[in-house]
Amino acid sequence: MKKRLDVLICGGAACIASHSHDFKNRLIKVVKAHELEEEINIIETGCMGPCELGPVMVVYPDGAFYIRLKPEYAERIVEEHFLKGRPVEEWLWQVPEARKIVEEKRQIPFFEKQCKVVLKNCGRIDPENLNEYIGNDGYQALARGLTEMTPDAVIEAVTASGLRGRGGAGFPTGLKWKLARRAAGDIKYVVCNADEGDPGAFMDRAILEGDPHSVIEGMIIAGYAVGASQGFVYIRAEYPLAVRRLHRALEQAREAGLLGKDILESGFSFDLEIRTGAGAFVCGEETALMASVEGHRGMPRPKPPYPSEQGLWGKPTVINNVETLANLRHIVINGAEWFAAMGTAKSKGTKVFALSGNVNNTGLVEVPMGITLREIVYEVGGGIPGDKALKAVQTGGPSGGCIPAEHLDTPIDYESLAELGSIMGSGGLIVLDEDNCMVNMAKFFLEFCVEESCGQCVPCRVGLKQMHRILQWIAEGKGETKDLEQLEQMAETVKATSLCGLGQSAPNPVLSTLKYFRHEYEAHIQDKRCPALVCKDLTAYTVLADKCTGCTACARKCPVDAISGEIKQIHFIDQEICIHCGACYEACKFDAIQRR
Amino acid sequence: MTKRDVMERYPKSGDNLISILHDLQDNNEWNYLSGEDLAAAADYLQLPHSFVHGVATFYTMFSLEPRGKHVIRVCQSPPCHLMGAGTISSELEKILGVGFGETTPDRLFTLEMTSCLGVCGVAPAVMINDQVYGNLNAERLAEIIDAKRREK
Repeated sequence: MKKRLDVLICGGAACIASHSHDFKNRLIKVVKAHELEEEINIIETGCMGPCELGPVMVVYPDGAFYIRLKPEYAERIVEEHFLKGRPVEEWLWQVPEARKIVEEKRQIPFFEKQCKVVLKNCGRIDPENLNEYIGNDGYQALARGLTEMTPDAVIEAVTASGLRGRGGAGFPTGLKWKLARRAAGDIKYVVCNADEGDPGAFMDRAILEGDPHSVIEGMIIAGYAVGASQGFVYIRAEYPLAVRRLHRALEQAREAGLLGKDILESGFSFDLEIRTGAGAFVCGEETALMASVEGHRGMPRPKPPYPSEQGLWGKPTVINNVETLANLRHIVINGAEWFAAMGTAKSKGTKVFALSGNVNNTGLVEVPMGITLREIVYEVGGGIPGDKALKAVQTGGPSGGCIPAEHLDTPIDYESLAELGSIMGSGGLIVLDEDNCMVNMAKFFLEFCVEESCGQCVPCRVGLKQMHRILQWIAEGKGETKDLEQLEQMAETVKATSLCGLGQSAPNPVLSTLKYFRHEYEAHIQDKRCPALVCKDLTAYTVLADKCTGCTACARKCPVDAISGEIKQIHFIDQEICIHCGACYEACKFDAIQRR
Repeated sequence: MTKRDVMERYPKSGDNLISILHDLQDNNEWNYLSGEDLAAAADYLQLPHSFVHGVATFYTMFSLEPRGKHVIRVCQSPPCHLMGAGTISSELEKILGVGFGETTPDRLFTLEMTSCLGVCGVAPAVMINDQVYGNLNAERLAEIIDAKRREK
C-alpha cells in the first residue's frame, strides 16, 4: 500500500556529523506515538547537496525542504505538517519566496541550475535498499549491455558519448577501454579509484555513500566491455561510512545474482573486492594505487607502460574514477547521443563539484559542462557570505590553480581551465574572498604535497621542500626579490622532471598564484606587508592614540609583555618584542588596535 | 580475538597485507601495530619482516607507537583551514594538554592530523575513531571531549 507521505532525511557524512540521526530517531518515535507508521514512509538517503545547512529533510509530494533540523522540531513537524498538511515555514530553506516555491513546486535556486545525472539517486533513495535502486532503472543498463550489446558495442557507445575521466586528467574513457581490450592476455582487471584524496573534494564520497550500486553496475559494465572478470574498488580508509555501504551493496548484488558467476544467465562472470587505503594521498595516482592493491608501499612507477597494457600483477588493467563509472549506466540506457548533447564541444556531460570555502551554499552540486564559474558561485552557490568581494576560485586542489575574478565568465570545461593555468581536477572548488591571502594558500597546498610525497624522486622530495622553504621566508617577511625568480625556476624544473603526477602538478598552485597575484607576493617581499592580513608575521599591530582609553585589557592579554602604559594612559606596543599573535586585537573593546 | 583469528579471515596472499594490518591495529588494545603484530602478519603471509615494516611505516594511518583509546584526527585541508581548523587544533591542545602526535597520560586520547575527511560542507571537522564531527567551535569541542571521557 503506497504511503501518503515520503519523508527523506539526508544521511550523507556531513549531515550525520551534524547529528541527523538524533533528529531522525526522534521523528520516528513521534510518528509512532501518533500511530502514523502506515501512512508515513521515512527513509535515510545519501547526500542531498547543501551540506552546510544540515541536517536536511525533504517531504514529498510537496517537496518541502527543511534545513538545520534539531530533534526538538520533530513534534511540531509531525503535528502541523504531517497531520494538518501545513509545512512549518520557519524551518524551511528561507530563500526569497519560500512559500511560493513550495506551492508552485518550483526549484530552490540551489537546485535550479543543476543537472543531476550521476547524483540522480543521491538524496532520493535509500542506498541500503537494492529494490529502490532497481525501481529507479537500476541494473537496466547492465541487463541491456549483457543481452543486447557486444563488448565492442559498449565501448563504441562510451567512445561516442565523449565521456572523459572524471578523476582529473580527463582522458577519454572509451579510448582507455579500447586499449585494454586490445591488449594481449586473458586475465584483465577493472579498478575503481575511490581514493579521493584531493583536499576539498567529496564528490566520490557522496556517490559511494548515496548510490553505491551505480558504481558497482558501472564496474560490471566496464568488465564486460574490456574482458575482465575481476575488479577492485580501492577506497580510502578515511571514508568508513562509504566502505560499509559499499560492502552491503556488494552482498546484496551477489545475493541477487547481479554479481558473481553467470550474471543474469548471460555467461559473463564478474566479481568485485574492496581494498582500503591507509592514509596516503599518493595512492590516488594509478601506479601507486596498484602497488597498494598488491600489498606494497604506495610508490608510483614511471609510465609507459600504461596500466591498460601492464597493470595489476602485470595484466592489462582499466582504472576509472568513481564519477566516471557512475556515468556509464546512464550512457547505456539513454544512448551516447543523449550524453553528448550536454556540455561543450570537447567536454561532454555533467560534472559534480564540491563547493567549499567562503561561499553561502557549501556542498555538492552537479552541473552541465560549459556552465560559468560565476553561475556556480553566485547562482548555485548563493554568493559570498557578507557580500565580500570574490578574489579567486581554486580548482583542482593541490594539482590545480586559481581562477581570479576577471575570468569568472569563462565556460568551464577541461580545455578552458587548462588555458587559464588550472585544471578541472576531481571537482573541488574552493571559493576565496578578499580576506584570503594567495601566498598563504599556495604555501598551504605546497605543504600538503611536501607531506604526501612518497620520497622516491629528487625533484619532488627535495624540490618541493625547497620551494616551501622559500614560501615560508616570504610569509615571514624574510623574502627577497630574487626569491620569486628562483621559485619559478624550481617550479618549472619540478614539473618537468618529477616521476609521477603528484610532483608534476604540485607546483601548479604556486605558478598560478604568481601569474595572477604577483602583486601580493611583491607586497610580502618588498613592503613586508600581507594585504589580506593573514600572514601573522607581517601584520603589524599598533595602538590608535585617539581611540585608546587606557583600560589595560590589551597589556594584560599580551603573552610577551610587549605593551606598556599606565591605567587611563594611551598604551604603546613595542614592535621589537611583539610576536604578532593578535591577542590584543581580540581583547580591545574600543577598536583601538589597528592591524596593518 | 587472537591475532591468528583476525588474520585467518583473509587468504594467505600478499595483497591482503594492508587489510590485515588495519584489522590487527583495530584489534590491538592500544590502537597500534606492535612488533608482535608485524611479525605475526609477516609469518602468516610468508613475507620478510623488513618488507612488512616498510609497508607499515609508509601509510600514515598505521602507528607503531601505542595510542589512546580515542584517536582524534583533525582535518588539515584548505576548506577546514579557511574555516578555523587552526583554532580547533589549539583548543584541542589546550583541553587535552598534549601536542599533535602525542597521547594523554591517562591513555584516553591521541591527537593526530589527517588529510581531507571529505565533509568540507561542515568545516572545520575532526574524526574520532570512526565518527566524524563537524561545524566545530571551542564549546562543541569541549562537549564532545567530555562525552568521550564519560563513555566507559
